[in-house]
Amino acid sequence: MALRDITLEDIESLAVGAWVLGTGGGGSPYLGLLNMRALYKEGDRVQLMSSADLADDDWVGAVSNMGAPLVGQERLTDSRTIARAVALMEEHVRVRFRGIMSLEIGGGNSIQPLMAAAHLKRPVIDSDMMGRAYPEAQMTSVAVGDLKPCPLTTVDVRGLESVVESVPTWKWMERVSRKICVEYGSIASTCKAPRTGAEVKKWGIHGTTTKAIAIGAAVREAQRKHEDPIAAILSVEPGKVLYRGKVTDVERRATEGFLRGRTRFDGMDAFRGAAMEINFQNEWIVAWLDGKPVAMSPDLICVLDSISGEAVGTETIRYGQRVTVIALPPPPVFLSAKGLQHVGPRAFGYDIEFKSVFA
Amino acid sequence: MRRIGIDVGGTNTDAVLIEEGKVVRAVKAPTSEDVTTGILDSLKSLGSTGVLAGKKIDGVMIGTTHFINAVVQRRSLTKVAALRLGMPASASLPPFCDWPEDLAALVRGGVWMVEGGHEYDGRLFMPLDEAAVTGAVQEMKAAGLRSVAISAIFSPLDPGHERRAAELVAAVIPDAVITCSSDLGRIGLLERENAGLLNAALADLARDTIAAFETAIADSGIAAPLFITQNDGTVAEAGQARRLPVYSFASGATNSMRGAAYLSGLADAMVIDVGGTTADVGQLKHGFPREANSVVKVGGVRTLFRMPDLLSIGLGGGSHVQLDPLKVGPVSVGYRLLKEGIAFGGRQLTTTDVAVASGVLNLGDRKKVAHLDAATCKKVFDEAARLAEEAIDRMKTEAGDVPLIAVGGGAFLIPEKLPGVSRVVHVEHGDCANAVGAAIAQVSGECDQIFKDLSRTDALAAAQGIANDRAVAAGAARASLTTIESEDMPLAYLPGNSVRVRVRVVGDVAAG
Repeated sequence: MALRDITLEDIESLAVGAWVLGTGGGGSPYLGLLNMRALYKEGDRVQLMSSADLADDDWVGAVSNMGAPLVGQERLTDSRTIARAVALMEEHVRVRFRGIMSLEIGGGNSIQPLMAAAHLKRPVIDSDMMGRAYPEAQMTSVAVGDLKPCPLTTVDVRGLESVVESVPTWKWMERVSRKICVEYGSIASTCKAPRTGAEVKKWGIHGTTTKAIAIGAAVREAQRKHEDPIAAILSVEPGKVLYRGKVTDVERRATEGFLRGRTRFDGMDAFRGAAMEINFQNEWIVAWLDGKPVAMSPDLICVLDSISGEAVGTETIRYGQRVTVIALPPPPVFLSAKGLQHVGPRAFGYDIEFKSVFA
Repeated sequence: MRRIGIDVGGTNTDAVLIEEGKVVRAVKAPTSEDVTTGILDSLKSLGSTGVLAGKKIDGVMIGTTHFINAVVQRRSLTKVAALRLGMPASASLPPFCDWPEDLAALVRGGVWMVEGGHEYDGRLFMPLDEAAVTGAVQEMKAAGLRSVAISAIFSPLDPGHERRAAELVAAVIPDAVITCSSDLGRIGLLERENAGLLNAALADLARDTIAAFETAIADSGIAAPLFITQNDGTVAEAGQARRLPVYSFASGATNSMRGAAYLSGLADAMVIDVGGTTADVGQLKHGFPREANSVVKVGGVRTLFRMPDLLSIGLGGGSHVQLDPLKVGPVSVGYRLLKEGIAFGGRQLTTTDVAVASGVLNLGDRKKVAHLDAATCKKVFDEAARLAEEAIDRMKTEAGDVPLIAVGGGAFLIPEKLPGVSRVVHVEHGDCANAVGAAIAQVSGECDQIFKDLSRTDALAAAQGIANDRAVAAGAARASLTTIESEDMPLAYLPGNSVRVRVRVVGDVAAG
């Protein structure tokens, strides 16, 4: 079985590429990257394993950090906490995980499995359950597949540890785990319901760590050579440029624990005279060009700095920024009728029919 | 109101006298190694026509690049003891963890991490472990460390633990110089802590530099309070600047933009400051530079300083000119212009030579550049204008035409008409815009914190009150305070109605 060594250069690229796949949310991968730099300096190494190499009866631990990105800027992510969430799950369900995977490749959670893997000496599985970032627990491929949502472990660095043993639905898991997370100070390291190798092979979104590394490597290479980083992304991903422009207005409001709002843009270059508006719920959800919806979840809408090619987040986007908006193809699992129920425009409250940029 | 503004640059020390809103006199003197002599010379030159005789000066405002240069050039830095209150969180990312190794090696005197800190909603994260703090301070003392940087989780919301730790440090090391990260503002532990560490590293340099400024002013016979200009275009009293030198990092660019606003009378405009080597383009909003919103790296260290959002391009009065194929900049002869430029007997064709040939500038020897015909000169000016136009377009935040103020010694490169610009404004004393900006600086106060379960109006009012108090503490006259920024940001994933509010106010320096 082929395990591939992940180099520190790969992780530097992963941090950039995962932020692009974060589609505006998911939190910055920077602190995860710092943790990995420190671990690699100490001699720790991590390997990547294709889900195709899992045996059907292997067990896999899926991890993510949960909570408010802002709290994460003060209570800095610590590689040992996510490792502890995995170890707690192994103690609880009495299995040994063959590998560790990410719940969410978009943003900071792309690096969480690497941190756990470095401490626990297991490979990282090259798959996740979103292919991007999404705001809620039921917005995953495994929820679309109606796999069991429980148990779940949550860990706080002060020795607070909880197991959510049983919930009937993914929505209940979202509500109960969110409450625990809030008590912990709105940040918690979590290990999601253990998955068998067969489940990961059937319901995982595959090759996403490799994909994020490739996107990041393309952007960094273009930056070094002073070439167009957007073109570099499109050379490794079958995406489409939707728009180039300047941010003219950002309107944000917090409702039910989410950051919702809209950003307006004025067109530049070939898009002069055309107005874009993108609505967000933590992540970019629907893009409108001159009042018509042109891209929507589950298509990935990525707002990128036109000069650096790096992603621009919904929490930090500001008036005057020059951006290029691109769309990347969605994971096929979300294109079924069931998939669209979970993550299509109506799941976010937009009464529009899903139409893919790539249809 | 009568003030003196001084800009201590790498090459020149400029000084201006402003009286009742008018620039009375502006002078330049070479910057000296010891700082004091250069300032004394410029003040002597300023007073040589008798404009200062028998007059009361309300303030001397100095802008300097000393502190940022020390970090960039890795010199005159103090060893720092880093004390972080927040264990057991964040342990895998200790202070200095994202610093360039060479700078960390110079500054890192030791790292201590103990239990403490708060939650986002004001709850305790962990009680402060006072015994561990005192133990750490004993070790700092034994190691001979005097400059201590204290950081705590969510200290911008509740600075209590940092303040208590500072008392415990002072009890053991009475002459300690202490930087608390909560004095440096923003949410973002690593970046705020980095700012605190840089600040602590500048402790000795700040003390010596500000003492040199005070000596120069006293020796010049001027009896006036000293103010130091800050990154955001406002000033701090000398005592506060000595305590928080990082706030004065990037004042040069800010001062020139503020000076441009003042000299032109425009509050909303683009500004291009053309020096010898580079041109900085920025945007004025309500008379202040638009700030960069994101992380700012200083000497390779990530921080969240309030810095103007600037775009620098390689265009200046000393830029190399190549005629075939046509190329202007980015290489420059810099301060060697008077030796290397052709009009001055040198061998390198520069933008200044072209300006002399075309009669725009009356410098050096025009005969030496007589071979440059009018068509060639026009091509060079057109290329310089194209470079400027592109930079201005990238920095504009609105599509319509906006006015452009051109300042700095190389402002002659900016033509009277540019696409995307409604009009180009050249101003008298534009080459001393830095010193003018220093002279007119105001005092600011800022609040950036999270409020919970308050209405938006109440949260904004609470933030306003805190910002006002901070401005007054920094030396502003309360009656003159105005709000120049007010921004609220609801927070994702936090329960209740959590909103982060940032308010900045400015006011005139209170009369002593």
